[in-house]
Amino acid sequence: MLKYTLLRLLGAIPTLLLVTALAFLMVHAAPGGPFDDERVLPPETASNLAAAYHLDESLPQQFARYLGGLLQGDLGPSYHYRDHTVSELIGGAFPVSLRLGALAMLLAVIVGVAAGSFAALRRNTLLDRVVMTLAMTGISIPVFVIAPVLVLLLAVQLQWLPAGWSGNEGAARLVLPVIALALPQVAYIARLTRASMIDVLASDFVRTARAQGLGMMAVVRYHALKPAMLPVLSYMGPAIAAILTGSVVVEEIFGIPGLGQLFVRSALNRDYTLVLGVVIFYAALVVLLNLVVDILYGAIDPRIRQR
Amino acid sequence: MKALADIWRRIRQSRAVMAIGGALVVIVLAALIGPLISPHDYLQTDFDNLLQTPTTLDWRFFGTDDLGRDLFVRSMLGVQVTILVAVVASIVSLVIGVAYGAIAGYVGGRVDAVMMRFVDTLYALPFIFFVILLMVAFEQNFLLIFVAIGAINWLDMARIVRGQTLSLREREFVDAARLTGVSTAGIIRRHIAPNLIGVVIVYVTLTIPQAILVESFLSFLGLGIQEPQTSLGALVDAGVNQMEGAPWTLLIPAALLATILLCFNFLGDALRDVFDSRSSR
Repeated sequence: MLKYTLLRLLGAIPTLLLVTALAFLMVHAAPGGPFDDERVLPPETASNLAAAYHLDESLPQQFARYLGGLLQGDLGPSYHYRDHTVSELIGGAFPVSLRLGALAMLLAVIVGVAAGSFAALRRNTLLDRVVMTLAMTGISIPVFVIAPVLVLLLAVQLQWLPAGWSGNEGAARLVLPVIALALPQVAYIARLTRASMIDVLASDFVRTARAQGLGMMAVVRYHALKPAMLPVLSYMGPAIAAILTGSVVVEEIFGIPGLGQLFVRSALNRDYTLVLGVVIFYAALVVLLNLVVDILYGAIDPRIRQR
Repeated sequence: MKALADIWRRIRQSRAVMAIGGALVVIVLAALIGPLISPHDYLQTDFDNLLQTPTTLDWRFFGTDDLGRDLFVRSMLGVQVTILVAVVASIVSLVIGVAYGAIAGYVGGRVDAVMMRFVDTLYALPFIFFVILLMVAFEQNFLLIFVAIGAINWLDMARIVRGQTLSLREREFVDAARLTGVSTAGIIRRHIAPNLIGVVIVYVTLTIPQAILVESFLSFLGLGIQEPQTSLGALVDAGVNQMEGAPWTLLIPAALLATILLCFNFLGDALRDVFDSRSSR
């Protein structure tokens, strides 16, 4: 198990390096420099600025410097927020997004698995069809449509919940963003669970358990649920990426000062170092969380480990 | 050609596919014809009719936005852009994915292992962020949006085509063709390709909504299609800012977008049923 974990960890290093190089090249291939303005700078100022930000060095030198900084957690200065480093900005915004994303993921797994199992047990009944049609609708409707419609309905019309982040305290302001973020994943996980639960319920060990007189609920709980969850577990990687993507939109709509909002602002401000830093941070996060999922998968299913 | 005719006959027999396909054709036709016959123009502002509610009078079916621009015409143009981006992006991903997958699957061995390992690596990356990075680096270039979206979506296609090719290569009729002296190119063209068409059609149908999603996501954030051009994502974004006083500016483009996405997803599912009945015969 330790060997497996170490191998997976080592395998992630080239991926991370590739990501960093790719993102770095993209930003540096951009036409124009970060200080190009309508107002032309005097040549001395321009060369001083270039020297201060090491823009006068060759591309490989700049990349080596960037990698060196990255290893020490230094992503360089922000071009737009002049008094802050990129690491400071990310460090300040990430905890907010983390709480939002973790809650959404938790909600998605609980509701999705419950709805999917339920549909599998009531297979081909009206209820099953209703749940699956709702799931398909949930998959199809993008977060940036769900979120404003929820706000319009529950916050503006019915006024049950606050619509914004600032000016509101406590858990109430989290409800709508978490639901909006979780819904597409609930739908996807429900479909996955239903399909795999139907497979598992048709297997021999379930029939044996039933033949021994175990009730359906007990069979699902003690025998069927764990194997049926395997496809859900392997979907966790894409789900994490989807929730990160969704958080960009949700934070923008609800005005939540998290990483997603920071990312969009930096993209619109053309704050190159900040965009680069956030992309690398996101990519590292996704790669590492995928790694955790892989290792968990190996821990649960020994067949995977041996390959 | 015979293979295509056979597939078309199969598709025509599915009532679900024809119904959803028909609905999509109606939406596309409305999007193409609507702006031509409406008396309004997508740019023309009308300051006497700001945020007008939808009405059947004077072709204001969807009302107007905060600048008095006609939302029916703008929505229909948005549908055009959305469909165009989706189709072009799907073609890009189709070409890359099928070529990549077919080569990996047919050549097999170490080449296949390396090529698929690369796909796995790319799979783990949050691609949308790289697209945003591209948008930042190269300004919002219309063509770039197509290519970038297509470049994300080929991974699934490559995997599916590779798996299919791999299993086809081992089938008896391929062996038989090889024994009777058919060339490799001939085998791929006559025996492998026709058997791939089914899966490819299903996955292209499922790629289209993903491409639409990416485009509207970017436009919603202000990083995609730029004013005065519009797309459904940009219209939803504008609607969010007006939703308290004028909810229809949000609800109409949102409903259009959701309907189109739902249609493509259901169509993909229905097509999968059509072609699965063949493999699970």
